[in-house]
Amino acid sequence: MAKLIHLRINDTEYDVAVPPNETLVDMLRYRLGLTGTKKGCGLGDCGSCTVIMDGNAVNSCLVLAVQADGSQITTAEGLETDEGLHPVQKAFIEHGAVQCGFCTSGMIVSAKNLLDKNLNPTEAEIRTALSGNLCRCTGYQKIVEAVQSVGK
Amino acid sequence: MLLPRFDFHEPATLAEACEMMAQYGAKAKVIAGGTDLMVNMKKKLLSPERLVSIVRIPELKKLDSSPAMLKLGPCLTIATIAASEEIGKTWGAICAGARALGSPLVRNRATVGGNIGTARPAGDMPPSLMAYGARVVLSKKSGQRVVSLDDFFRGPGLTEIAPDEVLSEIQVDAPPPYSGCSYMNLSLRSACDCNIVNVASFLTLEGPGGAIKSARIVLGCVGPTHRRAVTAEKTLIGQKPSEALFDKAAGVVAACAPGAETADCIPIDDFRGSAEYKMDMAKLLIRRTLSAAMSQAMKQ
Repeated sequence: MAKLIHLRINDTEYDVAVPPNETLVDMLRYRLGLTGTKKGCGLGDCGSCTVIMDGNAVNSCLVLAVQADGSQITTAEGLETDEGLHPVQKAFIEHGAVQCGFCTSGMIVSAKNLLDKNLNPTEAEIRTALSGNLCRCTGYQKIVEAVQSVGK
Repeated sequence: MLLPRFDFHEPATLAEACEMMAQYGAKAKVIAGGTDLMVNMKKKLLSPERLVSIVRIPELKKLDSSPAMLKLGPCLTIATIAASEEIGKTWGAICAGARALGSPLVRNRATVGGNIGTARPAGDMPPSLMAYGARVVLSKKSGQRVVSLDDFFRGPGLTEIAPDEVLSEIQVDAPPPYSGCSYMNLSLRSACDCNIVNVASFLTLEGPGGAIKSARIVLGCVGPTHRRAVTAEKTLIGQKPSEALFDKAAGVVAACAPGAETADCIPIDDFRGSAEYKMDMAKLLIRRTLSAAMSQAMKQ
């Protein structure tokens, strides 16, 4: 039986009826059309579904939508403001940190979560923070450089 | 990958959760962070009729430390534990285990109770907890019992938790003076990877530079459950700590032939490594963790 949940996603309030076995990523993509969050492995290994939930980056494929009831969610769509793209998004473009693009939204959301907590991370801290996000194009170097450029 | 169908319950208190588990028993599963349970459900290895979510019960998320004891709520996230100075200053190896688990994304969701309750022989939290002599509190409708982690694991995925029980607290005594504890794990990647071997060692000395009064060595990935290397521990007691002694202790583990009554370390060949390699790495990590534990104990 579907359960009615209430969440705040990218500063917009949503009331959604979801079945208990629906994951947060499926609700975002298929019910709300927020396809900026990608779905890769579905098992918490690849990080392409990364969203920020109550201040912490999580794999949205391993969160039940019903367990996200009442929470605040930020997805890739929520990073851009009236002033334009988020600094991390700009840095990814400037540093050529996007190849096929499938990991990009997860990478950017993880990087944003890191920079929210640590304004000037070291290279090692960046690599650790992004260690749950896989890039099959293996373009890690430019991604790390992009995040470093925002930190400075 | 889709999840099988189930009914979802979110009790507000531990008492309510126990009530539900008493009613539903083996037909229900407790879910906290879900980072392991949901993977198994997506792979159709498990399909409980009901999930009882305890992750937002406030009393199960408490962190309470006194000079004598640390009490961890089972629903504390691994990320919280990894970053906790309160835990780190006295029980550093617990934080080391937390930092080694999964990825930052998993650590933000996974819980300490979940990592114990799921009973994977390669789990990152049990070795340090066992090395510190931790106990778990299992609660049910009619009461609760306290079980040492040494007696808690029954096999891969199998534990002492009865179908009507909820793991409600983890208790760890403060180490006596002149103690040290170290956790080390070996895996191919530093994140999102299952360990090949993991070891935690705990030592207490008689005094500064004194003989070894007590020792606990816990091995992961080299048996169906985490296990104490009892034979190796015995060789340490009453001896002056030295690298030569630690070599000897590691050698005793290796000498236990698989199948022997006293076998502490019975690795198997699998895609992560050969049994021979795992045995060698277990010996290496025993020496290194003992050595690190000794340096800590000497500093006090």
